[in-house]
Amino acid sequence: MQSVLPSLFFYALATMILVSAVVTITRRNAVHSVIWLISTLLGIAGLFLHQHAEFLAAVQVIVYIGGITVLFLFVIMLVNLDEAAKKKQFAGQWKIVVICAGALLAELGFFIFKGAEGFYFAEPAGGSLQPNTQLIALALYRDYLLPFELASLLLLVAMIGAVVLAKKDLK
Amino acid sequence: MPPVPTAHYVFLSAALFTIGMIGVLTRRNVVIILISIELMLNAVNINLVAFSNLLQSVNGQAFAIFVIVDAAAEAAVGLGIVIALFRNKETIQADEIDLMKW
Repeated sequence: MQSVLPSLFFYALATMILVSAVVTITRRNAVHSVIWLISTLLGIAGLFLHQHAEFLAAVQVIVYIGGITVLFLFVIMLVNLDEAAKKKQFAGQWKIVVICAGALLAELGFFIFKGAEGFYFAEPAGGSLQPNTQLIALALYRDYLLPFELASLLLLVAMIGAVVLAKKDLK
Repeated sequence: MPPVPTAHYVFLSAALFTIGMIGVLTRRNVVIILISIELMLNAVNINLVAFSNLLQSVNGQAFAIFVIVDAAAEAAVGLGIVIALFRNKETIQADEIDLMKW
């Protein structure tokens, strides 16, 4: 019998992730949204640690929390959000929202009805996740070399595109 | 075997994805719509890493890295569009940008 601590860790993190996500999409002030987004991302990094994805947890903290959220904060400072915060925050599409939430609730009901043991997933193939960073490097630079190079090209295009879009006049 | 059933991770991922989707569909602020898209991409990552742990295969984590790369590119371009939009239209409310709507 395993110790109860790992599952406690999971449920605490899951609660933190879902609560922060709900708060993220309901805040009036976009800066508060970003702060709560950081809380969600930290929870997800904790989940990665929990699942023996140590390298990915580090990447999550460095790229998401250190990079993307700072980018969001910069843009929020650049565009004037004071007027936007005073206006109505939500717009239409409630029908689709009700359908989505209903689908999720139906899933939850089915899930509770069947229990976690009722779901069958494939069996492990007998590989290993340790040493984590070394195996990811092998996967990226050997098995997925072409997608890796394409991803670098994508980042280059995105960088040039962002500079062009944000530039005042293209001279 | 993982101490927490993989089905729980899958459900957490579905719930987070739905929250992100609700954010995209209902909010008017374009910056918060982009934040909600980040939430949805993270939900996908939870799924990939959960199955990577279940199958003891590192491929899922490699794909999660590609998802993070895409998220970074998407955030950069999306926020560039937000800045260009604010410069031209003085608004970042999604439903006030209706020039093409007839």
